[in-house]
Amino acid sequence: MNSIADDPQADRFTSEVSGDSPILSVRNLSVHFPIKRGFIVQREVARVRAVDGISFEIYPGETLGLVGESGSGKTTVAKAVMQLTKANVGSVKFEGQELVGLSTPAMRPIRRKIGMVFQDPYGSLNPRMRAGDIIGEPLKVHRLVKSQENYRSQIASLLSTVGLSPAMSERYPNEFSGGQRQRLGIARAIAAGPSMLILDEAVSALDVSIQAQVLNLLQDLQEHYNLAYLFIAHDLSVVRHISHRVAVMYLGRIVETADSSDMYENPLHPYTQALLSAIPTPNPVHERARERIILRGDLPSPVDPPSGCRFHTRCPIATDLCSEIDPDLRILVSNQQAACLLAPGYSAARGD
Amino acid sequence: MNSDQSAERLPLLRVRDLRTSFNTPEGKITAVNGISFDVEHGETLALVGESGCGKSVSALSILRLVPNPPGVIECGEVIFEGTDLLKLSEREMQLVRGVGIGMIFQEPMSSLNPVLTIGRQITEPLEVHLGLTGAAAEDRAVELLDMVGIADSRRRLADYPHQLSGGQRQRVMIAIALSCDPKLLIADEATTALDVTIQAQILELMKNLTKQLGTALLIITHNLGVVARYADRLNVMYAGKIRESGTAEDVYLKPSHPYTVGLLNSVPRLDRQASERLDPIPGEIPDPSSLPAGCAFHPRCRWSTSKCSLEDPLLERIRNTQMAACFESKSVARATGSILH
Repeated sequence: MNSIADDPQADRFTSEVSGDSPILSVRNLSVHFPIKRGFIVQREVARVRAVDGISFEIYPGETLGLVGESGSGKTTVAKAVMQLTKANVGSVKFEGQELVGLSTPAMRPIRRKIGMVFQDPYGSLNPRMRAGDIIGEPLKVHRLVKSQENYRSQIASLLSTVGLSPAMSERYPNEFSGGQRQRLGIARAIAAGPSMLILDEAVSALDVSIQAQVLNLLQDLQEHYNLAYLFIAHDLSVVRHISHRVAVMYLGRIVETADSSDMYENPLHPYTQALLSAIPTPNPVHERARERIILRGDLPSPVDPPSGCRFHTRCPIATDLCSEIDPDLRILVSNQQAACLLAPGYSAARGD
Repeated sequence: MNSDQSAERLPLLRVRDLRTSFNTPEGKITAVNGISFDVEHGETLALVGESGCGKSVSALSILRLVPNPPGVIECGEVIFEGTDLLKLSEREMQLVRGVGIGMIFQEPMSSLNPVLTIGRQITEPLEVHLGLTGAAAEDRAVELLDMVGIADSRRRLADYPHQLSGGQRQRVMIAIALSCDPKLLIADEATTALDVTIQAQILELMKNLTKQLGTALLIITHNLGVVARYADRLNVMYAGKIRESGTAEDVYLKPSHPYTVGLLNSVPRLDRQASERLDPIPGEIPDPSSLPAGCAFHPRCRWSTSKCSLEDPLLERIRNTQMAACFESKSVARATGSILH
C-alpha cells in the first residue's frame, strides 16, 4: 500500500516499549457485575462473573486474537482494558503503566495510545458529523492540530491511508457503504497515533468480499506502524487468520492459548477442538470426510457457572473429577497453554 | 394439491424466470432478476450470496410472502408438485405454506409469537391443517419436540418463547415447520444469529431430520462453509441473478465464474496456512437501484473485457451439471486450477 508509505504523519506512531517487553499485560483480571434486587435498599443477590481471573500479554506489532461465543466475556475484557468498566480484581499494565484505578483525566493520554474499532460502524459514527470531522475529533481532543491547513492535510492523509478518497471528507456516514464506514472507524482509531488497537468484532458484520479487504488493510497498517492488536471475534477462522496468537474464552475464562498455527494443528482443550470442528470450511470434499464434535446443550449462564471445570457440562470427554476440580491454565507444549485436566501431560505440567 | 400426470417427471420445485421488484422512492429495484432453478425430492440445495444479492427475496417470492406494496412478483413460474404457486388464490396458498412448504427464518424470537405458549404455537398448524385437536394434537406436539431434541418436552409445552435459549427457539421453529410433513423446508439464514457450537447443532439436526423424513431442503445463506458441508448443489447469486450453479464439488473445486472465485478467495480458511494473505474482490457491492450495465459484476472483475459492459451473459453449461453466466468462464475455469488448491 503506497498510501501508507507516504503518510507524512507517520512519526506520531511511537511506542514507549521495546520489542521484548509486552505493550499490554493483563494479570488475573476479574470483572463481576452485581445483580441487585430490592426496593429503596438494593441488595446484591448474585453476580455475573463476566470475566473471572484471566491473564494475557500482547507485544508490540503482535495480534492477540480473543475468541469465544456470546457470554464468554470477550467484550468485557476490552472494556476493562480501556477502564470503561471497573475491574474487581487484577492488573492491566499498558506500556508499563498500571491502568486499574486511574482517574478519567489520567486515562486521557492512554486513550490516545489505544484506539478502538467496534462492530457496528453505523452505530459508532455520529450520523450528523461529516467524515472528516469524525476522524479529526481525536486530533482535536489530543491537541495534535497545528493549524487549519495541517488539520485538513492530516485528515486527507488518514483517509487515503485507509483506502478512501480524501474528497470523501465532506460526506456524512449514511453516504458510505458498510465497508467504507468500517474504514472510517479505523481511520478514527489510528488518527491520534496509537500503539495498540482494540478491534471488537470489527469485521463481523461485513460481507465476505468486503471483510477480506478490511482484514488486509488491518494487516498493512500493523506492518507499517508496528501496531499491536487485541482482535476480538466469535469467528475462529477470521481470528486465526489475522492473529499471531489466539486465546480461547469460555464463560469468563481463558481455556487455551496458542500460536495460531498450533491452535489448528494441535488443539489441546476439548472446547477448542469442538469450536474448530463446528466451523465448516468451504471445501466439500474435506468437509464430508471431517469428523465433527457436536457439543450438547446450551452455554451455561455466567451468573451460575458450573462447578469444577466450567466446560464439563458440555464436554464430550468429561469425567467425575471434572465437576470437582477447576483446572488452571498450564503450559503443556511450548507456547501453548490449556486448562483441562484430561489434556495430555496436564498433571505433570506447571502453571503460568 | 392437484397433481397432473406430468408431475411425475417434474422436480419437486421448478422456478422459472422469476422476477421480483420493489418500488422505492429511489426508483424501481429489481431484487430478483429472472432466476430459474429446480429442487429435486429429498435433495439439499443452497442459494448463496452476499447482502442484497436477492437470495432471501427469492425464498419469499416462492412462498408469496413478498410485502406488496412495495414488492411485486413481476413474472415467472414457481411450480411446486405440478402446480404454479403464482396462480393460486391466497387461500390455496395458505395451505401450501402450512402443509407443502415449511419455512425457518433467521430470528426465531420474531417469528414466534411472544404471548402464546410453545405448545399452542405447535398445535395451531396441526389443528388448522391436519384437524388434530386436544390430546391428539398435544401428543403430536410432544413427539415433534422430542424429534428436534428438546428435553422434558411435555413440560416445555407450557413455556413461552422468552423462556427458551436462541438454539432452543430455533429447534421449536424447526418443529413447527416440519409439523405437517412438508415436502420442502426453506431455511433462510436459519443459523446465522446463533453461536458456532449451537449453529453446528441446529444444522446437523436439520440435515438429519430432512434426510430421515425425505424432505427437500433449500438453504439460504452467505456462509460458504455451511454450503460446502450440507448442500448437494448450490446456486451462487450476485445482484439478483444466479451467476453459477452446480454440485458443491464442481463449484468449489472448479469455480467457473469470477465472482465465485473471488468469494472463495475472500474467506479466511481453517484448512489453509494462517499467514496467507486474502485475495479480496476489489470495489463495493453495487447499489441495487443503479446496477452496472452488461454483466453487473464487470466493474469488480479481473477477467472482464469490453463485451462485459455491454451484454449480460446467460447461464451456460460448463461441465456435467455446472453452469456459469460469464463470457470468460472457460479461461476462469482454466485459471482456477492454479488459484485454488
